[in-house]
Amino acid sequence: MADPEIKSYEPLHESRSAAVTESRPVRIALTIVTLVFLGVFLLLPLIIVFKEAFAKGVGAYFQSLGDADTRSAIRLTLLVAAASVPLNLVFGISAAWAIAKFEFKGKAFLTTLIDLPFSVSPVISGLVYVLLFGAQGLLGAWLKAHGIQILFAVPGIVLATMFVTFPFVARELIPLMQEQGNGDEEAALSLGASGWQAFWYVTLPNIKWGLLYGVLLCNARAMGEFGAVSVVSGHIRGLTNTMPLHVEILYNEYNAVGAFAVASLLAGLALVTLVLKTLLEMRYGAELAATRGH
Amino acid sequence: MKRLLLGIAAVAGLVLASSQAWSADKLLNASYDVGRELFADINKAFIAKHPGITIDQSHAGTSAQARAIAEGLAADVVTFNQVTDVDFLVKKGLVSADWQKDFADNASPFYSLPSFLVRAGNPKHIKDWNDLVRNDVQVIFPNPKTSGNARYTYLAATAYAKEAFKGDDAKVKEFITKLFNNVPIFDTGGRAATTTFVQREIGDVLITFESETRGIRKEYGDDKFEQVTPSVSLLAEFPVAIVDKVADEHGSRDLAKSYLDFLYTPEGQDIAASNGMRVRDATVAGKYKADFPDVRLLTVEEVFGGWDKVQKEHFAAGGLLDQAYGSR
Repeated sequence: MADPEIKSYEPLHESRSAAVTESRPVRIALTIVTLVFLGVFLLLPLIIVFKEAFAKGVGAYFQSLGDADTRSAIRLTLLVAAASVPLNLVFGISAAWAIAKFEFKGKAFLTTLIDLPFSVSPVISGLVYVLLFGAQGLLGAWLKAHGIQILFAVPGIVLATMFVTFPFVARELIPLMQEQGNGDEEAALSLGASGWQAFWYVTLPNIKWGLLYGVLLCNARAMGEFGAVSVVSGHIRGLTNTMPLHVEILYNEYNAVGAFAVASLLAGLALVTLVLKTLLEMRYGAELAATRGH
Repeated sequence: MKRLLLGIAAVAGLVLASSQAWSADKLLNASYDVGRELFADINKAFIAKHPGITIDQSHAGTSAQARAIAEGLAADVVTFNQVTDVDFLVKKGLVSADWQKDFADNASPFYSLPSFLVRAGNPKHIKDWNDLVRNDVQVIFPNPKTSGNARYTYLAATAYAKEAFKGDDAKVKEFITKLFNNVPIFDTGGRAATTTFVQREIGDVLITFESETRGIRKEYGDDKFEQVTPSVSLLAEFPVAIVDKVADEHGSRDLAKSYLDFLYTPEGQDIAASNGMRVRDATVAGKYKADFPDVRLLTVEEVFGGWDKVQKEHFAAGGLLDQAYGSR
């Protein structure tokens, strides 16, 4: 793309760091390409979501959000996040604590296992639960005999969401805790703290920002998860439809305003997450830097 | 920390406890994916007649619904748009084998047909199936390998060609291959094909169920599209059935039966017709005559000898559909 003639005559610019060897036109071109790419693939879709949501006016927007099915989808999504995020918080801390602070057999295996939800497609995650809890699944007959409904009900949705979002907290904490080492805890223990006190007063304050960051990402994904939840939901309106599933259904029914209105809520959540994440990074960048390794 | 753990346990307990408790005054209707408005109206009218009952609706592609029911989705009744998906439930032992005799008209209270939607003014003068194989016409319908909707389109076109060429199989095959050649994009489902036609403005004619063209015109503008009904098409049944195993467990069989019976009453038929379905009741059909142009409808039984045969000859791997699709 660069004109060789210009390149040969261009003097070394002062503001140019030694590491940058590209000529000015190349740099400008790359910047423009990046900006256009971000604009087309990130900004434009976001704008379109809001444009479509308000296509038939503000009244239609709020009317579609007031729809009983939509309201219950919002409630269910909040409930699923409220159930799965705290559980993942506890599991994530436990797993990171065990992996970062102790040596034991099978540690590498456990670390790989934690990454599993990242590496399999969410649809497969959902199907695994169908194979496990479905009527023809491994535990299906037992569950049925005891009158427990997991699949196509709220518990199945919570389980699928937990599975998909499991790595977020642990993945955030492991490098942070490894970086910090065991020194602080050992000092606390030698000064007479109990194990629990060492965790509560030493470990937890050390990891709090990384933890918050992980919870934030975990929550965003829990509310936005589509694939795994779609497989286990059963799509019962008012009962097992989460917001992302509701968006799809409304769209399929040629109700564009309704679909994009719900989508705008999800997009709003993403924006809030992004702002919080940026604020966290700005204020506690140094502490979070340790987690950037992965 | 103890309090946090207690809180988590409480939430988990709530979640587990919220799984549905069933009783005889509650129904779950598993239905096809664009039937929401129709069944919202039906349920409202039915509940008005049976105060105190609840009807939950689940909407998704009916093949996915059938699989979910086999895996434990506790639907008391199904209202599908594909006969073969009810047959799947029969194979799984959830629906009785003679379900089509449990209700009138092959257990299909209303029906539709593959029909055309063209752009305003019908600039390419598309009137019938033979216009679709013209060189200057681009046709949009989804991939018959993945979409039930498109399978009806494929079968309707085949039925037309069988008549037009008096059963000359080579010519029928040539016609279908030509038709496939006129399709610039095969989307995986009906909704995606609609987007291709309506929003990406590709193609001259969209083929989908007549009952859907109404929704498309309503959402995207009545003045932008015109419905064209071909001279002949294929009867697309919208089958209903009680899921025996579930209904017996819930003790909801009586309610399920009166719910499906309601679809056949003049009131139920009127609601269906006002939502774009062709109905069986002669009086109601007469009332909505202007909305549904005359068309000669063939059935899968008379043209192809039943769904089992269609499955084996046309849709099985290496069957007639594969041959036509492959020779594009």
